[in-house]
Amino acid sequence: MKKTLILLFLLAAAFVRAQDFPAKPNPPRLVNDFAGALNGTEIDALEQKLRVYNDSTSSQITVVIVKTTQPYPASDYAFEIGRRWGVGQKGKNNGLVLLWATDDRKLNIATGYGLEGAIPDAIAKRIISEEIVPEFKQKMYYRGLDRGIDAIVKYAKGEYKAEPKEKDFPASSFFMTLLIIVIIFYFFNKMGGGGGGRGGNRSRNMGGGFFPYTTYTGWGSSSGNWGGGGGGSSFGGFGGGSFGGGGAGGDY
Amino acid sequence: MSKVTLIIVAVALLFGFYGCSTYNGLVGKDETVKGKWAAVQTQYQRRGDLIPNLVNTVKGAADFEKSTLTDVIEARSKASSIQLSADQLTPENIQKFQAAQSQLSGSLSRLLAVAENYPVLKANENFRDLQAQLEGTENRIAVARNDFNEVVQGYNQSVRTFPASIFAGMLGFAQKGYFEASQASQSAPAVKF
Repeated sequence: MKKTLILLFLLAAAFVRAQDFPAKPNPPRLVNDFAGALNGTEIDALEQKLRVYNDSTSSQITVVIVKTTQPYPASDYAFEIGRRWGVGQKGKNNGLVLLWATDDRKLNIATGYGLEGAIPDAIAKRIISEEIVPEFKQKMYYRGLDRGIDAIVKYAKGEYKAEPKEKDFPASSFFMTLLIIVIIFYFFNKMGGGGGGRGGNRSRNMGGGFFPYTTYTGWGSSSGNWGGGGGGSSFGGFGGGSFGGGGAGGDY
Repeated sequence: MSKVTLIIVAVALLFGFYGCSTYNGLVGKDETVKGKWAAVQTQYQRRGDLIPNLVNTVKGAADFEKSTLTDVIEARSKASSIQLSADQLTPENIQKFQAAQSQLSGSLSRLLAVAENYPVLKANENFRDLQAQLEGTENRIAVARNDFNEVVQGYNQSVRTFPASIFAGMLGFAQKGYFEASQASQSAPAVKF
């Protein structure tokens, strides 16, 4: 009987959970203001910063602003979002959720498994209490978040690199590009009109913004394919990273 | 006569095949449970490892009341004396394990509550870092336990569902225990900021 009750409780918990958390943003965004706390310019500025960071390191920092995390503690809410959305790359688990609950006046940083080394809980706590909270106390919310992100970026620096390592080997990548161009020219010359079909095929594969993408969140969420977002540096979507409960919180 | 033998052989074979596939399925689930159990143990271990450091910091920074500290030390040694290998995850054993760990949680939260009255401690950076680490570890424990419960649920379902339950009983796959969620949330140390 007791076991049945526990089982029921687990099922009920899973059901309740399914309703309370915001759905994964579509088109994918890194700054998600569900509380309307920031204005458009501020959101865009943060978004741009985080996208650039994602492009160069593949680490995904997402800012989530909600009114309240009730009935969950802020920390549970933060890593639950991280798991559900799959923030960070699968395998690297280099995602981070910076959560701000406006009505609860609470902040929380949830680190993915892969970032727990670079940003241990004590550091996460310091980022909140020393970078963000002082600004928030003066109602400078955008500046607080901005400083917080800068600090996170500073600590996580060098932990991960984006997959194509062009920045590390500028010379070799230059020669590779040259080689490819030469080969393409060679084939065009040789095949004449016949090369057209192949070229078309190639551009369709590369230019379409097609990101094969799977996610494992551990909470039975779905997987799918996302195209690139519009405007500026695009963001290809969350990569399926997982969270184990690391991070820290604070209020202001 | 030979027809009957054939039918018996066919049924036996079918039974055997079904038994094999059930067995393999159960072995897979059993391994998943073991993996998640290892994660639970790692996180409890991590908490246990933080405690000597915490006790030393508290001792060093303030003239702290002795009984609270000895409570924590005793609860820790008791909790770390109960180590369950992945083969012993019966409901009774899990309950014992959880009881010992929640006693430690309780005495830890008392220590942290008492520490609130010591401004020297609250200003101590080392102590604040430990506090953050402890809180993060409590979260990790909660996540690991939740994950464990989920896979145990799947495993127990397979073990108890007919007709697999017949094979499970014959092959020695017993039900495994859960962590009880409500108790955990009550006993987690409330770290104030």
